[in-house]
Amino acid sequence: MNKYTVSLSPHEKGTFTTSKIMYGVCIALAPALISALYNFGIRALAVIVVALVSCIGTEFLIQKFLLKCKVTAFDGSAAVTGLLLAFNLPSSIPLWQVVVGSLVAIGVAKMVFGGLGKNPFNPALVGRGFMLMSFPVTMTSWPDPVANGFMAWDAVTAATPLNLIKSGAVDKLPELWQLFFGNVGGSLGETSAIAIILGGIYLIYKKIITWHIPFFFLATIFVFTGILWLVNPDAYVNPLYHILSGGVMLGGFFMLTDMVTSPMCVKGQILFAVGAGIICTCIRIWGAYPEGCMFSILIMNAFVPLIDKYIKPKRFGSEVNYVG
Amino acid sequence: MNLKTFKIGGIHPPENKISAGNPIVAVELPKRVTIPLSQHIGAPAVPVVKKGDRVKVGTLIGRGEAFISANIHSSVSGTVFSVDTITDLAGFQSNVVTIDVEGDEWEESIITRSEVIREVKATPEEIVAAIKEAGIVGMGGACFPTHVKYMIPNGKKADTLIINGVECEPYLTADHRLMLEHAEEIMVGVDIMRRALKSERAVIGIEANKPDAIEKMTKVAATFSGIEVQPLQMKYPQGAEKQLIKAIANREVPSGKLPLDVGCVVDNVGTAMAIYEAVQKHKPLFERVVTVTGKRLEKPSNFLVRTGVSVEYLIEQCGGIPEGTGKIISGGPMMGKAVVRTDIPVVKGTSGVLLLDESESSRKPQSNCIRCGKCVSVCPMGLEPYLIEKLSEKSRWAELEEINAADCIECGSCSYTCPSALPLLDMIRLAKANVMRIRRERAKK
Repeated sequence: MNKYTVSLSPHEKGTFTTSKIMYGVCIALAPALISALYNFGIRALAVIVVALVSCIGTEFLIQKFLLKCKVTAFDGSAAVTGLLLAFNLPSSIPLWQVVVGSLVAIGVAKMVFGGLGKNPFNPALVGRGFMLMSFPVTMTSWPDPVANGFMAWDAVTAATPLNLIKSGAVDKLPELWQLFFGNVGGSLGETSAIAIILGGIYLIYKKIITWHIPFFFLATIFVFTGILWLVNPDAYVNPLYHILSGGVMLGGFFMLTDMVTSPMCVKGQILFAVGAGIICTCIRIWGAYPEGCMFSILIMNAFVPLIDKYIKPKRFGSEVNYVG
Repeated sequence: MNLKTFKIGGIHPPENKISAGNPIVAVELPKRVTIPLSQHIGAPAVPVVKKGDRVKVGTLIGRGEAFISANIHSSVSGTVFSVDTITDLAGFQSNVVTIDVEGDEWEESIITRSEVIREVKATPEEIVAAIKEAGIVGMGGACFPTHVKYMIPNGKKADTLIINGVECEPYLTADHRLMLEHAEEIMVGVDIMRRALKSERAVIGIEANKPDAIEKMTKVAATFSGIEVQPLQMKYPQGAEKQLIKAIANREVPSGKLPLDVGCVVDNVGTAMAIYEAVQKHKPLFERVVTVTGKRLEKPSNFLVRTGVSVEYLIEQCGGIPEGTGKIISGGPMMGKAVVRTDIPVVKGTSGVLLLDESESSRKPQSNCIRCGKCVSVCPMGLEPYLIEKLSEKSRWAELEEINAADCIECGSCSYTCPSALPLLDMIRLAKANVMRIRRERAKK
């Protein structure tokens, strides 16, 4: 008798879906992908393909055979993890190590916690952190994009700009424009600032992220290193160098902004980004590692539940602005 | 143009104002009308007619005796067929008066001349009495008896009267057409309301997607003193009382307080029209403009409808229910109620009837929350819908009270936006109901 659907309002639904968000991020990563291929050649492509296949494959196998639940491995989130993991690796990494990293990223950092939306830490960075500790040598040899041809499989290595800064060889630093186009040593997807900024603008335009996290993260690093540079320009490098080199561009636009592992309200997001910027700078300047981006993001990920508990959005009606 | 709006949250659903260009048409009378005696918040009216009584258009058939209640008048002339109890849409027993229509004879006291009477002679007390007599309720949908709102307690003052011409619900065009076709009557109504409240100024808020209405209303407002038109940026839910006050007067109604606590009274343009008719023409509230619309409907229309006419009859006037209709909504798509049957009557608060396609009728499958934070950023009350949903699922009512769950205005922006299609508002309603229950129990102790 009741041939009409009866449900509670609202009866209208927006067009935003999880898959659209995830594939939107994949599209935003395209410029960085092109720069990776241009700078690091066919070897970069191999790493990316292996990371993609093993991330999606791991999620598929776990859902299908271990959990026997609905398979959501193709919703785009595993693809994002795969791409980001690959972008954070040197292109010369042995491919089996990429598989191991993907297994940890999806299997341990994501599925153990309950899959999409439940993981406290960024899966791609957990995978990378695991690889950095397990394979310290291959994870810190950086192919030189200038010396190697497109088809080069066994690459000539070079120091990254951050290595040079750490070792004090400031006179050998590449020009700033090289950092813009990624023509320097480094992880395969992080070297070109311009490609990442393009992707970031796309994410903001598509309303997948807001400008707050990348802006406050990069601004914190810029200001912090800028103060040090002004105090002692001989001991510290130009702050522009800091925000254009290493992983902070990729981290700021694509990994710190990961919805699952960042705070829910804007105020919390700003605190989160500033915190990550401070930790990243401290590690770079005073830590043992030349790059602190990964650790800064993972450490701030751990603070997200606390931030969400105490930093609340401004409630409507809390502003008393009428005296009757 | 200086466009104002509220500051936090809000969404932009597709407008779909299909019927915006269609003038208001008076619907022919059906053979029988069913008039509920409870068309408002508060106690139902007490029937004052019995089976077989002759009534005219505008005859009192139910008296609002309680403090919060409203009079009900016959919308047709004819014979009372029955005074009966039915089970209404919400599942409650309610009284209805069914009248067989004979002719269209109006009460003699009603002035039926069409010319606009601009000169207001009534005193504030007479105005409130006329509003009460005419059974006027808030016509934006909440249906709160207007005369109660106009009895300002000692020590309070409404310095600003805000008139809601926003119509931010997609599809609905009833208020838009009313402003275009009856701008002068509305303006006299606003003038009357301003006098009754002794407010210094009255501001009519209209969203920028109705430039013709803004132009017309601004022109007419210029011939009155103390009335201005404020164009507003398009954003849902701007027509919500608290958001409209914020947009126009930049005042925030604190949690649990009323607009009057920040010196404002908000009323709909439809209410202004009804007040004009009640005070200047002695006409009770028994008809209103209803938008009947839907993407597949043959003739989407704006009708002038008498209360008690069935929704089914209205849809027939638009060419009948199209093939593939999956949901029928009384009101707009964001806050309207889906109906089980179409034989329900139009009441004072019916702003529209919307027919949705089967493809738009059922909800999308849910998936995990990806903590995107969209629900937090669109909430116009600054709440955390994702958190309320989670805590509500676990029945943690005390914590829900702490995070202001009861402040939700049920605009549906969170559920609309959620990429995981979670039933956010459903769970928030559950939380609200329980927080309210706890507060009532506490007050008893």
